[in-house]
Amino acid sequence: MLNLARFHGGLHLPNNKELSNQAPLRQASIPKKLVYPLMQRPGVTVDPKVQVGERVLRGQVIAHSDHPLATPVHAASSGVIEAIEERLIPHPSGMADVCIVIATDGLDESLVTQGVADFSSQDPASIRTAIKNAGIVGLGGAAFPTAIKLNPGPQRKLDTLLLNGAECEPYITCDDCLMQNQPESVLVGAQILLHSLHIERCIVAIEDHMKRAYARLTQAVAALNDPRIIIVQVPAIYPTGGEKQLIKVVTGKETPSGGIPADIGVLCVNVGTASAVYDAVCKGKPLTERVITVTGRGVKEPQNRYVRIGTPISELIEQCGGYTEHVERLIMGGPMMGFALPDDEIAVVKATNCILAGTAADINIGKQAMPCIRCGDCAKACPVDLLPQQLYWHSRAGNLDKCKEFSLFDCIECGCCEVVCPSHIPLVQYYRSAKSKVIAKAKEAEKAAVAKRRHDMHLERKAKEQAEKAERARLKKEALAKVKQANAEKEGVTQ
Amino acid sequence: MKFSTALSPHVQPVNSVTRVMFEVIVALVPGIIALVWFFGLGVLINVVLAVITALMAESLVLLVRGRPVWVSLKDLSAVVTAVLLAISLPAIAPWWVTVTGIVFAIVIAKHLYGGLGYNPFNPAMIGYVFLLVSFPLPMTSWPAVAGLGTMTLNFQDIAQLIFFERIPENADYDALTMATPLDALKTQLSLQKTVLEAQSGAVFGYLAGKGWEWVSLAYLLGGLWLMVRKIINWHIPVGLILGISVISGICYLIDAQLYAPPVFHLFAGATMLGAFFIATDPVTAATTVKGRLIYGMMIGALVYIIRVWGGYPDAVAFSVLLANLAAPALDYFTKPRVFGHRA
Repeated sequence: MLNLARFHGGLHLPNNKELSNQAPLRQASIPKKLVYPLMQRPGVTVDPKVQVGERVLRGQVIAHSDHPLATPVHAASSGVIEAIEERLIPHPSGMADVCIVIATDGLDESLVTQGVADFSSQDPASIRTAIKNAGIVGLGGAAFPTAIKLNPGPQRKLDTLLLNGAECEPYITCDDCLMQNQPESVLVGAQILLHSLHIERCIVAIEDHMKRAYARLTQAVAALNDPRIIIVQVPAIYPTGGEKQLIKVVTGKETPSGGIPADIGVLCVNVGTASAVYDAVCKGKPLTERVITVTGRGVKEPQNRYVRIGTPISELIEQCGGYTEHVERLIMGGPMMGFALPDDEIAVVKATNCILAGTAADINIGKQAMPCIRCGDCAKACPVDLLPQQLYWHSRAGNLDKCKEFSLFDCIECGCCEVVCPSHIPLVQYYRSAKSKVIAKAKEAEKAAVAKRRHDMHLERKAKEQAEKAERARLKKEALAKVKQANAEKEGVTQ
Repeated sequence: MKFSTALSPHVQPVNSVTRVMFEVIVALVPGIIALVWFFGLGVLINVVLAVITALMAESLVLLVRGRPVWVSLKDLSAVVTAVLLAISLPAIAPWWVTVTGIVFAIVIAKHLYGGLGYNPFNPAMIGYVFLLVSFPLPMTSWPAVAGLGTMTLNFQDIAQLIFFERIPENADYDALTMATPLDALKTQLSLQKTVLEAQSGAVFGYLAGKGWEWVSLAYLLGGLWLMVRKIINWHIPVGLILGISVISGICYLIDAQLYAPPVFHLFAGATMLGAFFIATDPVTAATTVKGRLIYGMMIGALVYIIRVWGGYPDAVAFSVLLANLAAPALDYFTKPRVFGHRA
């Protein structure tokens, strides 16, 4: 048994998971359209590899780029490229960007692919290549390319693979559901990762209320007879599923501020990602679908489904019985850290773990902020041990240096402080805004430094030119004087 | 379908300022009942008068400041200030004492600094100290504890006293009032008596003073309830009680004839009210865990120092205000270690 540590603060939230985890996991049907944004992360945009009118098969790469953080995009069903156009993309700002739109033909024809039966014969590099080619990113929400994560560099010595199954956000049950239905693919995925990382310890961490998942995983581990893998139940305290929080709970170690878990020998991946790795390596299947929780009191039949990446949310909701009449807000992700969507035509992406159709019973619909009374409940709830109310004062006053002094950038924006705030202050909003101001200021400073350098160089060049000019003039003068002197001497001689 | 958006977190808030203030008022009920029991219905008159004055003063300032009135009134912070000040006043204090104190607390100490959340000093204590230094006589004239006085006052007598300063027939002012235990101890010690000799006086009870000790116990009860309800944290009350106990314990061990035992200081005067209801005012206290412990201990130590070596018999108000001054510095120097940072 592991001795579990705990992190500071956190919240016991009503988890509302029973809404969605009672129904069986089903396959969502093929949507009429599939939509793929080309922007994958800020600054990482892939290029379309198909043209409008072209027919594509399931599993075919339709967009990719050479950017190291880019991952290929695969069509999730067969059909014809209908458009490459601007559409709303799932982004907190509600922005639009270029998307590839496939009109599906319902035939669902796939490219023929083949996996390797025995992954242990593969070397780490080729496993990483298979993972990259399958378009696998972290499915817990951050969507960081998994192949890159698996190669943290020779200076970092890994000893533990941590599979994150602690789905701490309320409402979300997709990982729970996956572990109940596909424990083998999660665990074989873990074995592949262990093999490719040359490490001998894997901890699968799940929350203590996931009784069925625990039973299924334990059975599957026994069947695999792999002593390297242990299943651990962690207390359900939000945000236990945050990477750094979970690592602290399970290993007792803290990831250094600004560092990555690999710095302390841990590699943490979501259980869904492990399952996708299994599909990619052993079956040769690229990442074209995932389990998504559709839940909230705003949808008639909350449930988990295997959903094709690119499915518009409206079609998904329709398959789940449609909206109830009291639906107020559509959220991608959980109610604590997810973002609200302006329109249900937006399609799900690889990072989409949950679609929450919230009513006034689920979510907060407007609240009036009152002055901070410095009660300190926020500091008590902060899992990072920040002083949120001090950060609030300083970010409100625009005192960015003070914000940095109070470790603004260690804030994980989990929202605990805001939920407990008796004054209903939108704290996280203040922190996000302060962070972007700091970043903008740093960029500006950099720009100014570049401009200054350029200006200095310009002045230097000018001075040099001037000097050269003066020198040339001097030389010319001297030459002239010499000539004059020579002429005078000549004249003198002739006289 | 289109949806309105908002930023995360989307979860409903679990607390509100109104709830916090309301629970504080509820927790004061046992103390108020004890006060009424021992000092008469004047306490209730003071409380009602104070609350009405506070709400009127608050509304007026909010109107002048152009702020929405109802939003601030319903946070109940003015009511809490009013009740805290009212129960600190002698139960037969003239009406104008209460009214002046409340107006000063709400207008000067609270709103001139920006209103709820922005005031550096505890408004109720500012009001109290303002009254104490301006009107020392009515502020130190406590009615005799029930059963100890030479006469009992009915509601009409008390109302006459408070509103018209009319002393009941065949009574004089001195007969109505009685020294508080802290007062009595200070006087007796100045007369070269020992603590033991002083405590044989009529005003002293089992723990501290007759009546007073029950009021303190009632505050303690209310305070513990606030802790259970998670309205206040343990750090400030425990710090304060620790501060007072340690320093009074040391002095008591050095010379028991000169210094009263810790239990006396804990249950006499406003110690318990201060520990659980005054020092815990979040706006003016330190906010970090360590800072709050130190803040509490500071108040405890100051209370004892002023009581024993200062000019006033009790000192919760002065001590809280002095510690208010230190709160920002305490917060600054007691920042917790952030996750992933080195100690």
